[in-house]
Amino acid sequence: MQEPRVTPALALEHGLSEEEYQKILDILGRTPTFTELGIFSVMWSEHCSYKNSIAEIKTLPRTGPRLLVGAGEENAGLVDIGDGLAVCFKIESHNHPSAVEPYQGAATGVGGIMRDVFSMGARPVAALNSLRFGPLDQARNRYLLDGVVRGIADYGNCLGVPTIAGEIYFEDCYTHNPLVNAMTVGIVRHDQTATAVARGAGNPVFLIGSRTGRDGIHGATFASEELTETSEERRPNVQVGDPFTEKLLLEATLEMIRKRLLVGIQDMGAAGITCSTTEMSAKGNAGMEIDLDKVPLREPGMTAYEIMLSESQERMLAVVKKGREEAVRRICRKWDLICEQIGEVIDEPILRVYHQGKTVAEVPPYSCVLGGGAPVYHREARRPAYLDEVQSFDFERLPPVADLEAAFRKVFSSPNIVSRRWVYQQYDHMVQTSTVVHPGGDAAVIRIRGTRKGIAMKTDGNGRYVYLNPRRGGQIAVAEAARNVVCTGALPLAITNCLNFGNPYKPEMFYLFKEAVAGIGDACRVLETPVTGGNVSFYNEGPEGAVYPTPVIGMIGLIEDIAQVTPAAFQSEGDEIYLIGRTAPEIGGSEFLKVVYQKITGDIPALDLRREKATQQAVLGAIRRGWVRSAHDISDGGLLVALAECCILNPERSLGAHIHWVPPKERPEWWLFSESQSRFLLSVPPDRRRQLEEWFRNQHIPIQRLGTVGGSELRLASILALPLKELQEMYYQTLPRIMEW
Amino acid sequence: MRSAVIVFPGSNCDMDVFQALKQMGCRVEFVWHKEHRLEGFDLVVLPGGFSYGDYLRAGAIARFSPIMQEVVRFARKGGRVLGICNGFQILTEAGLLPGALLRNRNLRFVCQFVYVRVENPHTGFTHRVPPGRALHIPIAHGEGNYFIDPQGLQQLEDHHQIVFRYATANNEVIPEVNPNGSVANIAGIMNREGNVLGMMPHPERAVEAVLGSEDGRWIFESLMTA
Repeated sequence: MQEPRVTPALALEHGLSEEEYQKILDILGRTPTFTELGIFSVMWSEHCSYKNSIAEIKTLPRTGPRLLVGAGEENAGLVDIGDGLAVCFKIESHNHPSAVEPYQGAATGVGGIMRDVFSMGARPVAALNSLRFGPLDQARNRYLLDGVVRGIADYGNCLGVPTIAGEIYFEDCYTHNPLVNAMTVGIVRHDQTATAVARGAGNPVFLIGSRTGRDGIHGATFASEELTETSEERRPNVQVGDPFTEKLLLEATLEMIRKRLLVGIQDMGAAGITCSTTEMSAKGNAGMEIDLDKVPLREPGMTAYEIMLSESQERMLAVVKKGREEAVRRICRKWDLICEQIGEVIDEPILRVYHQGKTVAEVPPYSCVLGGGAPVYHREARRPAYLDEVQSFDFERLPPVADLEAAFRKVFSSPNIVSRRWVYQQYDHMVQTSTVVHPGGDAAVIRIRGTRKGIAMKTDGNGRYVYLNPRRGGQIAVAEAARNVVCTGALPLAITNCLNFGNPYKPEMFYLFKEAVAGIGDACRVLETPVTGGNVSFYNEGPEGAVYPTPVIGMIGLIEDIAQVTPAAFQSEGDEIYLIGRTAPEIGGSEFLKVVYQKITGDIPALDLRREKATQQAVLGAIRRGWVRSAHDISDGGLLVALAECCILNPERSLGAHIHWVPPKERPEWWLFSESQSRFLLSVPPDRRRQLEEWFRNQHIPIQRLGTVGGSELRLASILALPLKELQEMYYQTLPRIMEW
Repeated sequence: MRSAVIVFPGSNCDMDVFQALKQMGCRVEFVWHKEHRLEGFDLVVLPGGFSYGDYLRAGAIARFSPIMQEVVRFARKGGRVLGICNGFQILTEAGLLPGALLRNRNLRFVCQFVYVRVENPHTGFTHRVPPGRALHIPIAHGEGNYFIDPQGLQQLEDHHQIVFRYATANNEVIPEVNPNGSVANIAGIMNREGNVLGMMPHPERAVEAVLGSEDGRWIFESLMTA
């Protein structure tokens, strides 16, 4: 087949700028072939090159004593947890595919991030996610939620990896551009990790897994543009997932790594063969010769361009140690996987691609990749005018709340607050028999077999906060994730992040990005939780504008002794309830302001990172001393919501609470629904009162006794009394009622 | 006791049940689905998962795996076979147990703790369960809606083949606690001879207090002392 002639106009159609096209001409010293144009256009797409974000990302703290590989060095981060073990984890977005094809978009998002983890030799032990949709009163948003949840469920359930934590929020701005971020956590022995490198001339290059088809061509480019009315036509760009093949690929990959048959291995995600061959070669300062006629295809007649750019799922590129080819083939035969040598490593730093007897591409791999020849841009940032307006909002203008109980009902039955049980019951969250803290509380916890340890994990990110105050919103995202992990009794170790933003070429958008990244950096430095890697997703804009700037933080924490895991729900009648931290009347950006006044405005709660850290350390200290029976962080909805949750988070054993603390008479609602940061709710047995109070006072952390656990209602002095049955109904039945229409 | 855990491509509870049996003090080995021998085993377990992806009908392809001929022969000779979740589905597909497992009534996968009542305590799978005790065990399936026609149900009842029904914590069998639409709240049945049991709940997920329940131990203990 005759390839189209490459012209500057064709390059523009591929999403390359004039300047970028010139750069390609300079690198090659000639006009690229059509296949080469395809290679450069995907490798230099935002999705693969991070060209507009990398300069900011590099400002994040990316080192720490526990990090075994630095951010960006491998497909996922690797954090030491002792006993010769490491946690391998990463989060990634699949927003645009999910916007047009929710089921497959979400499913392949899970599949991709799983491969990133097991290609490093780690067995995936947990999956998490972070989802954003438009309001559920619109049928299309319900369809998207339903499809995304099914996609995540079917893929993870079949693979046998428990989906144990996550978060979901609903806001207008996500209607045309939902967010679907998937995270995987794996465990690996230090001496069994694999790396994504090609080296050693003559070592054979194998393609393992599924056949290559026409699905997903230019998926990476699709991810790097705004969604429009015609995005529906992109449906064929969305890949189709096959979790069964992924399960076989998982077992075969881990077996090959364990038997030390490989020099390096990388999964084929975005940009398929192109990305894996160039990145692995560039990393080893080597090259490859690839014969596309050897690639097993799903259909005849595919061009070199299509084969190089296909994003067919469940494939791996492996550089095998010469002489071990038969062992690799034997493993693949056992698992009924396709396994074909498609080329070999060469010393010369060139990726040379043959198809039907012709050389169709000849490019220096280093010139294609991030950190090599891929462009790096420093975009213009301009503070959006709306920030001053929202931040100076005068709350005194609001009419006072007349009926506190009615306001509470509104907040407590908001889809942003209610239980996500309808969602996580569709996920197998117990397979692998290690789930100690199930979804529904603060963070989830799995135990590490063969040790006393556990890993706590959570995703967090309040887009509304970042929209109202990007710097502090970024800080809060990290602080809250850490708080969630601390509540279970874990020491926060490290984060991965998924940065969902709008078009970086718009200076106002870029300002939000830059500030939020700076905020994440501030918090990670103080909380000593380095960034091990992550993903940037720009262009999250629909016809009606951009989504809220939504950085999602995936945090992991270490529990030294699984016996000390602390639940969020109240445990025992008669226990004393304590509020840790200081409350101010801060309702800017709160759920209360949204559902009671239909306003998303105001400056967001203050955050003092040093105080945050001191508070977290003190809470963790109290938990480790065995005084604390339950710990819950106070976040969306504020104190009253957190109290109600503590009463009913264990639906089989709900416990009431009698709170004798009384809010100030003036605007009590501002105190009850305030989302002030750095706060926890603890319950302790009565005989621990003295120790607990002394412990916090000695560390100058505010502590206040609120009341006691017991009874069949949540009673706040003489202000309100809510029967547990009613709380349960609101909390557990709202989502099913909306979704099972 | 020496047990075999059959591994199909797509099995994903094989390791869990292996660990549970080992913890209970069993000798346990994996048997790959392409193998042809099951000699010397006292118990064969078909674990949960998605054999062959279950894209067609759960268990429909697994029954054609080479090892399944051996499992059928093993069962016919009186060997004890325990099918959990996908294993139960495979046993019905292979004709070792009557009835079929349809998609859940609400067409959604469901993962949660349930209670099951032991309907027949005089079996090799249940004789150690303390009388009157509802077992707290997780389920995790998309196709666990047990179906059998009225005559078939009558036969199951007549021969005491219904082993577990979904119930409340107080051991009452009521429609409200039926998680998937199963006929008569059925969670597990055995063959007439009493040596083949299929159940949707996962006893291997309830053998340690840290996992939320130890009630699954009664089932493994029954098997080990039968």
